[in-house]
Amino acid sequence: MLGEGILKGLAETARNFVGSYFSAERLTTVQYPEQRIAPIEATRDFPFLVYDGADWEAGLRCVACQICEKECPPKCIYIEKSTDKKPDALGKPQFYPARFDIDISVCMSCQICVEVCPFEAIKMDTEFELSTTDRFGGLLYDRKELAKSNEHYHKIHPTEAAAVDAHLAGEKAKADSKAKAAVAAAAAKAAASAAPPAGGGV
Amino acid sequence: MFANLDQIFVLLKQFVVGLLPASWQPVAGVVLCVAAIICVFPALFAITVLLERKGLGRMQNRYGPNRVGPYGILQPVADGIKSLTKEDIVPLSADAVVHFLAPVFLVVVVFLGYAVLPMGRNMTLVHMDAALLFYFSIGASTELSVFMAGWSSRNKYSLLGAMRAVAQMISYEVPLLMSSVAVVMITGSLSLDKIVAAQNQYTWGLPHWYIFTPWGFAGFVMFAIAATAETNRSPFDLPEGESELVAGYFTEYSGFKFAEFFLGEYVGMLSISGLGTTLFLGGWSSPLAVLGWVPSWFWFFSKVMLSMCVYIWLRGTLPRLRQDQLMNFAWKFVLPLTLLNLFVTAMWHFMSDGWERWVICSAILLLAYVVMGRSGMHREHFGPRRYRYAD
Amino acid sequence: MIESGIETGMAGEKKPEGWNRPPVIVPDGEGDLLEVAMGPHHPSTHGVFRMDVALDGERVIRLKPVFGYLHRNHEKIAEGISYLGSMPFTDRLDYMCPLTNNWAYALAVEKLVGQAVPERAEYLRVILGELTRFQNHAGSIGFLTQEMGASGTPLMYAFREREKILDLFEWLTGARMMCNYMRFGGCRVDATADWLEATRKVVAGLPGFVDEFEQLLRGNEILMARTQGVGILRRELAINAGVTGPMLRASGVDYDIRKVDGYGIYNRFNFRVPLGDHGDVYDRFMIRLLEMRESLKILEQALKEIPGGPVMDPKAKIRGFRPKPGEAYGRIESPKGELGFYLISDGSPNPYRYRVRPPSLINLTILEDMVLGQNVADVVVIFGSVDIVLGEVDR
Repeated sequence: MLGEGILKGLAETARNFVGSYFSAERLTTVQYPEQRIAPIEATRDFPFLVYDGADWEAGLRCVACQICEKECPPKCIYIEKSTDKKPDALGKPQFYPARFDIDISVCMSCQICVEVCPFEAIKMDTEFELSTTDRFGGLLYDRKELAKSNEHYHKIHPTEAAAVDAHLAGEKAKADSKAKAAVAAAAAKAAASAAPPAGGGV
Repeated sequence: MFANLDQIFVLLKQFVVGLLPASWQPVAGVVLCVAAIICVFPALFAITVLLERKGLGRMQNRYGPNRVGPYGILQPVADGIKSLTKEDIVPLSADAVVHFLAPVFLVVVVFLGYAVLPMGRNMTLVHMDAALLFYFSIGASTELSVFMAGWSSRNKYSLLGAMRAVAQMISYEVPLLMSSVAVVMITGSLSLDKIVAAQNQYTWGLPHWYIFTPWGFAGFVMFAIAATAETNRSPFDLPEGESELVAGYFTEYSGFKFAEFFLGEYVGMLSISGLGTTLFLGGWSSPLAVLGWVPSWFWFFSKVMLSMCVYIWLRGTLPRLRQDQLMNFAWKFVLPLTLLNLFVTAMWHFMSDGWERWVICSAILLLAYVVMGRSGMHREHFGPRRYRYAD
Repeated sequence: MIESGIETGMAGEKKPEGWNRPPVIVPDGEGDLLEVAMGPHHPSTHGVFRMDVALDGERVIRLKPVFGYLHRNHEKIAEGISYLGSMPFTDRLDYMCPLTNNWAYALAVEKLVGQAVPERAEYLRVILGELTRFQNHAGSIGFLTQEMGASGTPLMYAFREREKILDLFEWLTGARMMCNYMRFGGCRVDATADWLEATRKVVAGLPGFVDEFEQLLRGNEILMARTQGVGILRRELAINAGVTGPMLRASGVDYDIRKVDGYGIYNRFNFRVPLGDHGDVYDRFMIRLLEMRESLKILEQALKEIPGGPVMDPKAKIRGFRPKPGEAYGRIESPKGELGFYLISDGSPNPYRYRVRPPSLINLTILEDMVLGQNVADVVVIFGSVDIVLGEVDR
């Protein structure tokens, strides 16, 4: 009958109108900024550099390999390698970034830098309320602003951070056992080379 | 006590007017009533605007405005301040006098219509024998202001929009009038006071509102459709459609003039809802005899606001009709049904009271509706479809 | 030909020579035509898009689409960065459906290097692809009704459901829209059991929404009057113009790349392809509605059957690889049509040529044929039924 579809449509709208007073399903607005949605753990916004321990300069995991700079699609990372080396988490002397700038107004949050980093040094932060009134550099973050502690990483991405820590601990254990084996082999060789003259003197 | 509450505004007016010297009293009385109307209906306009935004919001699963004042009640105030402080841009090539007069004319004309609406017992501003005629002639003048707006802008798109709007409004004047003529036929008078008095009778506690008769129901539905089209409301709002090409007759208006058009449109909506209430819904009479103690003006205004809610409901649900479809609908569907309604009304009037006239009149109207609906929908490509799936 | 330039300004001052204002060209015999430019600033053009329309009264005599306002050199950029680096840019092509864009590109590169994909990754790709299709079609129908004046109500309902799907995307991939999730050889991260459970719950709630949506729209007489018989596209013209996707199926051509190519593991799923008979706007949006239902069927099956295992071939290289010289064309049935990526490699880490076959652009080429002779109010409706995204048209 003519008009039936219109009446069905009106019924649908009326149902939504009445339902909006009773069920949250029919009124899904979250009144930002007074109310906020619970953050989802995997969310990614802009990168940050992880450091272990308390001193951000000494504990910075980044070794300035510049892979992230090469792979970054919009080319928002700018790295300058240092001239000296400092020991990294495994004890090996490594270069470190004298300068590590990310222009977050260019960054497109694609997370490729995180994926390609072999040292678990750069991760994605979850902070998005970063507007600033300084248009000539307010969004250009340098090494100091980017460095955040491993505890921060655990707070924002607990599962991921736990996995990363387990991986790094595994690497460290492997390196330690290799070092121990090397020391033991060297000691055994030294002992073997020192033994014959003692035995040959009788 | 309740009789006093019912007549409270009348008594108030008599008291105030009584304070003045006798020679001034008639004029003062009228001026006071006019001032009251000019205060009340824009306030209702503000309420309607807020109601619309919040109502549409709730229908769309969101809050409406709720930041300005608790529950957003100060939003109309903010909107008013905004439109007053906006720059008034008049195009260089526009006809400045007509450009200025068009919204003013609209506002004046829509307020004139309230002079004859009975807003409560003894609360009609002007008692006229030909009140309905007065109302319709004033209502037709609103179309003039639409055309003035489009013409004065010297913008071919505005002119096209204005011409379409005027064509639409003229086409729907005819069903509007015809459906009211049915009411006049039964009541025997053009006076709105007499029409309300005729409906203010009760049988078994239920009122004699015209909407409860077959011809009244059909008349009311067609009146409602025509009223929606007259006031350019969805689904008939192509002339002011934002997403259409031709921008509409008030494109060149900004700031306060735009607010005047907006005010004119909504006050016109309230006015024509008032008329529909008076003609079909019994005006200020209460729905049940037992509720007669509730003040009459309360009933009138609730029915008007209820009509506003229905307008908002329609707007939130239905897409717009295209211009030619809208005109086809008016001339080929609504108008023939209104003419048939006149015939059915006459039959009702001359048949004696009893169940026969209910059945016969309802049957004729229903049959005509179904037949016309079916024939209207029989066009190529039109109709519900079933879809096949590839195998 | 009469050419008239605009020589004086608003206050009557003379404009300088070579002032950059295009002349109004009125061809002979058409002096009564009204030339209108719709857009690029227009509430209904789905983005920055201009249509130069010539009207005779209310009828459209000529329509010239002008696009390129959103051109971002996607293909040229891809020649300068590695294959992995182009992946986030593909998100931004058809920005309503980032995951299907990712999938098409990953498919093309996998063809180029000859990389196989583990089964769990294929299932995840299908799940995400169909979720994308669902939210795209819901949004498309919503936008169409918005343009027809239904003041956004069906659009808000569609977006309410879309939010649930976007939350799922954020949980899995880290971003609601620019997901950057598919990789050459699988997917970037694995989906946890929690995520799969949450997806099952969301998918279980969606058929109710499609029913509500259908009730609001399908029998609505005004909608039928506005869309039936409007913008008819005949079968032969559709095939000749290279139109693909729901537009083609609404014109009655049975061509769904999921069935034709059977890429991924689509041939394991039981779903039907709806076809229209009239090829008008009503058919297009009903086909989208029916495809939403079919997507839900595929989703239920995939979520039930998803196996365990890795989501990435451990030997697959995502960066620093040099494909052997050659070419590959990878195409999928994106929600808009056939989305294809054509890659030519010359042995270097960057592609030599990277070409996107944008379904939106190719579907737009017959816009003029569809609107000729119709009312100007229908132009917007027909344009909305093509369902384009400017990011894809302009790249």
